[in-house]
Amino acid sequence: MDAKVEAQPTVRVQAPVVAAKKRDEASAAQHDVKLAAGGVNLWYGEKQALFDVNLEMFDRSVTALIGPSGCGKSTFLRCLDRMNDVIDGCRFEGEIRLDGDDIYAPKVDPVQLRARVGMVFQKPNPFPKSIFENVAYGPRIHGLATSKSDLEEIVINSLTKAGLYEEVKDRLDDSGISLSGGQQQRLCIARAISVNPEVLLMDEPCSALDPIATAKIETLMDELRDSLCIVIVTHSMQQAARVSQRTAFFHLGKLVEVDETSQIFTNPTDVRTQDYVTGRFG
Amino acid sequence: MSDAQPIEPAAGAEWNSDKARRRVRRRYAANRRLQAYGIIAISIAVGLLGVLVASIVVTGYPAFVQTKIDLPIYVDPAKVDAEDPASGKYRSLVREALAKVVPGVPENQQRSVGKILTSDASYILRDYVVEHSDAIGKTITLPLALSDPFDQLYKGVIPKELDALSWVQVRWFERMTNRGVVAEHDGRTSLKLDVYIDPATVDAGPPPSGDFDGLARNSLQAYLPKVHDTSQFDMLANDAPAAIEKRVAADPAIVGKTVQVFFSVSLPYAALAKGEIPKITNPRFTDAQLEAFEVIEQKGLLRTPFNWELLFNADSRFPERAGLAGAITGSFYALLICFMLSFPIGIATAVYLEEFAPKNRFTDLIEVNINNLAAVPSVVFGLLGLAVFLGFFGLPRSVPLVGGMVLSLMTLPTIIITTRAALKAVPPSIREAALGVGASKHQVMMHHVLPLALPGIMTGTIIGMAQALGETAPLLLIGMNAFIPSVENMGLLEPATSLPTQIFSWADSPERGFVSRTSAAILVLLGFLLIMNVVAIALRQMFQRKW
Repeated sequence: MDAKVEAQPTVRVQAPVVAAKKRDEASAAQHDVKLAAGGVNLWYGEKQALFDVNLEMFDRSVTALIGPSGCGKSTFLRCLDRMNDVIDGCRFEGEIRLDGDDIYAPKVDPVQLRARVGMVFQKPNPFPKSIFENVAYGPRIHGLATSKSDLEEIVINSLTKAGLYEEVKDRLDDSGISLSGGQQQRLCIARAISVNPEVLLMDEPCSALDPIATAKIETLMDELRDSLCIVIVTHSMQQAARVSQRTAFFHLGKLVEVDETSQIFTNPTDVRTQDYVTGRFG
Repeated sequence: MSDAQPIEPAAGAEWNSDKARRRVRRRYAANRRLQAYGIIAISIAVGLLGVLVASIVVTGYPAFVQTKIDLPIYVDPAKVDAEDPASGKYRSLVREALAKVVPGVPENQQRSVGKILTSDASYILRDYVVEHSDAIGKTITLPLALSDPFDQLYKGVIPKELDALSWVQVRWFERMTNRGVVAEHDGRTSLKLDVYIDPATVDAGPPPSGDFDGLARNSLQAYLPKVHDTSQFDMLANDAPAAIEKRVAADPAIVGKTVQVFFSVSLPYAALAKGEIPKITNPRFTDAQLEAFEVIEQKGLLRTPFNWELLFNADSRFPERAGLAGAITGSFYALLICFMLSFPIGIATAVYLEEFAPKNRFTDLIEVNINNLAAVPSVVFGLLGLAVFLGFFGLPRSVPLVGGMVLSLMTLPTIIITTRAALKAVPPSIREAALGVGASKHQVMMHHVLPLALPGIMTGTIIGMAQALGETAPLLLIGMNAFIPSVENMGLLEPATSLPTQIFSWADSPERGFVSRTSAAILVLLGFLLIMNVVAIALRQMFQRKW
């Protein structure tokens, strides 16, 4: 983060001022913009996957991205922490601002960015290491812990926040793979929040889980919302309705509509959104 | 399975019609046929492998024991100086010891009887006495290897006697018998042949002269017109020409006429005519040697202990003393170099190509080339090593360093390909997870992907090494088939040999003992390969992680 401040002093100076002002003005109802995508176009080789997407995502709230398969919502999510960079033949155009700074600026280091923007994937993917090591890995490579006890504290905190600590406190040395699917996914969340990210991206985090595990993760998202900006891609409209404050509907690579979640599900303006949320296609 | 019940007919579908039943029957028949093909193919493969291994084991197992004689030797102080034991008259000591065991051998046969022992016997005795100087003046019992023919004789690999006649010769004689020309004459088995006394070659004399030998042969040839082989003439005894000469001397008028002459047959054929199987002594042995050997055997001095020398001796011209220690050491050095070169280079290449290299024409070209290199015949790598390492860089010939370098050329493609496959097999979710918490590409590689790919990499490396261990042609080309009679001076820059080239040299040697030793060396090589593969499997099992 420090490197970034030096890299772009002009942008960085005014952003906190605006943010602080906004936070003072609006209390609970409206949070400040954490992430703002402007004119995002993206190509996989010759094929264009995203068309001029403009979307604001607010701090301390959950934004749900919904839409039929192949509509570009996951692609858009992966743009937010530059995970598309590692894909061959992927070309990005436009800008995405995190606290007002363009994360696609040439001087931004994607590795540091990913420490600020955590990600949880569709399939639980713990490292084939111990539970402790899974969570300790991020803090360790980013130098967040100065001592062993520091590291232990971070691990325990993260696991507690992810609601997993009570279940695994006796077997932190067991392999992360020995856990059940839902526990694995919460372990992945613990791993993601262990480096204190500002944004948490979740790509269909519950699609491989049973309803009980899903409910646990949704509760967890509600709790994490107090301190994080969460963006979730989901196929389940009920889930979107349950956990998100704002919902964005994607269709064929275009952002069709974005609004308060209640608006999208009760009174959408676009006919395609209406058709989708009422189950007429998708 | 084959008599499965047809399911309830769906509306409109005729599951019970004859056609449908026939389809089902055909399907099951096709299934069974496919399985049968597979089982037949596997049985053929396993059978052939079994035959191969069995033949190697049967040929090779005699080499794992060695016939030895416990010879009591009196170390005569008159012949060995305690001050300078290295220069004693050990040859005569051994001869005396043998003469004590087998007394009464005539002077002119002593040398040939001495050949029952290995030619190295006097050196073995010398080395023993130099090491144990207190043995001087005492009688020591030293286990000495027998020389190769007697070793083989004792193990029953070669017989004491051979058939005197080949089956072809037996058949010729049968043909003569069937034609009624074999008869008893003057108490001897004889051939009654028509001889034309050709006036062009025979002078009636007296005394008669001429090519009687040629006449006898011609007359025999007339009975075996289709045989173009001189060994048929062995049928006639040595006095065949004399028989004609006697007839001509008795009656000079027969010159120019055809007469019947009785030729006595040679001894083996005479025995054959009596219904015996004619035998001759194996030409490897003399009668005196065989007698002496029988005496030694009867005294119970011979035994066949496990042949540790096969593993711990270096090469020798005498099969009974030859071992694989030099070859094993040479192979070890060469593989060490090969591993140290190809493991790091191979992994670095694979990691770069798989994870970092941009996809363009150039990297595609490199990839295609690496895949092709794996298919290049090894002899080509040998030529390359000869031209580049020896010719251009002027490295020494026959040394394990160059051998290892050439082998690493062969192993590199294998390691690169298997490493890339192992890297590819690491699920992308692991990479994403690591990238997602902010690991750099390098950290993803070193912390997650490489450790997870390591079992696959190690398996590939060991298999590559095993391949290199069995590689012969490139080592022959750089001359790594030196004759190494001692392990002491071996090193990375000293001439050496290796297991496969040692097998090659032994297979080329004429001595009978090298036949079984070649097979035994193959078994040792197979043993090493087996061990390496077991290690590879064990490593894979040990480090395999599931995700």
